[in-house]
Amino acid sequence: MSVTVASDIREQAAQRFAQLGWPSTKLEEWKYTNVAPISRVDWRVDEHPKLADTYGASLAERASRELVFVNGRGPTSATSHPLFAKYADYMRHPFVALNTSHAQDGALIVIPDGELVEGFIHLLFIGEGDGIWSHPRNLIVVGRNAQVTIVESYVGRGSYFTNTVTEIVAGDGSVVDHTRIEQESPEAFHVGTVQIHQERASSVTARTIALGGLLVRSETNVALTGEGASATLDGLFVLSGRQHVDNQTLIDHARPHCDSLELYKGILDGSARGIFDGRIIVRPDAVKTNSRQTNHNLLLSETAIVDSKPTLEIHNDDVKCNHGSTIGQLDEDAMFYLRARGIGENEARNLLVYAFASEIVDRIKTDAVREQVRRAMFAHMPDRLPERRESPRE
Amino acid sequence: MLEMLEIKNLHAGIDGKEILKGLNLEIGTGEVHAIMGPNGSGKSTLANVLAGKPRYTVTSGQVLYEGKDLLGMPTEERAREGVFLAMQYPVEIPGVNNTYFLKAALNAVRKHRGLEELDAMEFLQLAREKMKLVEIDESFMNRGVNEGFSGGEKKRNEIFQMAVLDPKLAILDETDSGLDIDALRVVAGGVNTLRSEKHSVLVITHYQRLLRYLIPDSVHVLANGQIVKSGGKELAEELEQKGYDWIETEAAAAR
Repeated sequence: MSVTVASDIREQAAQRFAQLGWPSTKLEEWKYTNVAPISRVDWRVDEHPKLADTYGASLAERASRELVFVNGRGPTSATSHPLFAKYADYMRHPFVALNTSHAQDGALIVIPDGELVEGFIHLLFIGEGDGIWSHPRNLIVVGRNAQVTIVESYVGRGSYFTNTVTEIVAGDGSVVDHTRIEQESPEAFHVGTVQIHQERASSVTARTIALGGLLVRSETNVALTGEGASATLDGLFVLSGRQHVDNQTLIDHARPHCDSLELYKGILDGSARGIFDGRIIVRPDAVKTNSRQTNHNLLLSETAIVDSKPTLEIHNDDVKCNHGSTIGQLDEDAMFYLRARGIGENEARNLLVYAFASEIVDRIKTDAVREQVRRAMFAHMPDRLPERRESPRE
Repeated sequence: MLEMLEIKNLHAGIDGKEILKGLNLEIGTGEVHAIMGPNGSGKSTLANVLAGKPRYTVTSGQVLYEGKDLLGMPTEERAREGVFLAMQYPVEIPGVNNTYFLKAALNAVRKHRGLEELDAMEFLQLAREKMKLVEIDESFMNRGVNEGFSGGEKKRNEIFQMAVLDPKLAILDETDSGLDIDALRVVAGGVNTLRSEKHSVLVITHYQRLLRYLIPDSVHVLANGQIVKSGGKELAEELEQKGYDWIETEAAAAR
């Protein structure tokens, strides 16, 4: 690519989206997710967005800084930065192309070399109104040996569509902790892409918590391009009703001595559909790679569906890699144990569901963020539990 | 005086297989009864049916607990009414904190009994007191329920929970199996402190050894799904010496 000026990049991305079109389920990476419900809407931009409500998601009192974006409009923009669109590949990914060509406001966070940012930065994205789409575009550039914790929250009301892209550049020796908490409205569409570029000895945690939305696609792509870099990808999706959440991850081990540790957990009730499609590529140069990829799923109803597809592509012999996935139901013996001590059926079920999720939630180091995730999860849970009263074989 | 537990002609089983075949038993308030029997005689089935474990089905018969229909109550209601089963194989529940779990259980029981719920401080105070009784370390409380506990620790934890929940009827399902002599003494000590004119205990066991510390008022022998012989504490000693074969022969002859 030779284009560098933002307007040229946008123009090129627009052309590319025109060529690619909306992805069809014939494409391998889209086989589980039909985007027709998104493509058939005549979306429009909200020209005069107003902040009406933060839907309980504001962390202004606990964050070191909070930026609020409503329907793609907010206090900052990343589109004029020289690194804009340098990493998220709009030539390959239709929704990245769509975002790049329509890119709106978003966070531009540039941490100078050696700076350790205290606390965490909160980015709050609010979607409002039927038929409105937004394309928030974030760029996070973390200097050498710098440290930062960033949380993105997505909330809203109505049948809107949020198509977001976050690019993260982690410099040599930097430490980045990034969490996305997706709590979109029950009628909303959400496509979120996090593109991470890691340099030498950098350490990045990328966490995706998916709770809300009707149709959600979440992509996290990590390029380990410097020796000794390490990436941790945590994911949790808690779904009910007719929710559909498609998690795609790609970890590209391009250099030697890099580690990646990935754990995604899914909890599905009602007629929800969840997907974990994780791919790890270990290039010929990437000797001494250490990689573990795990996906565990808990099905709470007979009609929920989960597809788990962990994939490893290894192109050299000097590596330690493993992967695995499980799909199970609530442990009957554990349910009995809790109830036999006087704990009611619904509370027992909640306890076990939460216990399953806690492995991911407890790893969130920042108290305020962990509490927020816990709250959001409980707020998302109670309604779905009383629906199962029947007991098999009775 | 009202019986604590009356089991009348109980037929029950699992996966369509009948295991209890007309079991009768009465336990008076304040009494300690032991049920002994060979493997496969239906001891654990009885314990699980009384506690309300799903998958076990009752085909006929009746169980009255303080005069109320026990089998008609959901599992949690039995616990709240004061029935406690110390399980043979306590399950590990990683991610559910022991303190949270036991406090939730105790408060569910207290609420049901019309008592005020305990706050965190009050609960910890009570828990500490009971921990001493069963000689378990406070660090237990911060772990997941039974997570990584040894066999003996799990059994102590059962007795600890029993001590905290203060049930009216405690059922001990093979609590003595796999315990060393120290743990056995602790378990027996825990049960003995519960002993009073208001509490009843049903000890289900294969061996006599727990009964040396926990002197029962009555001993019953379960074989082939029925109580085939009842007696005083000396029956346990007799079984220890002679095994179960003679009972089964005797029972077969009587049929």
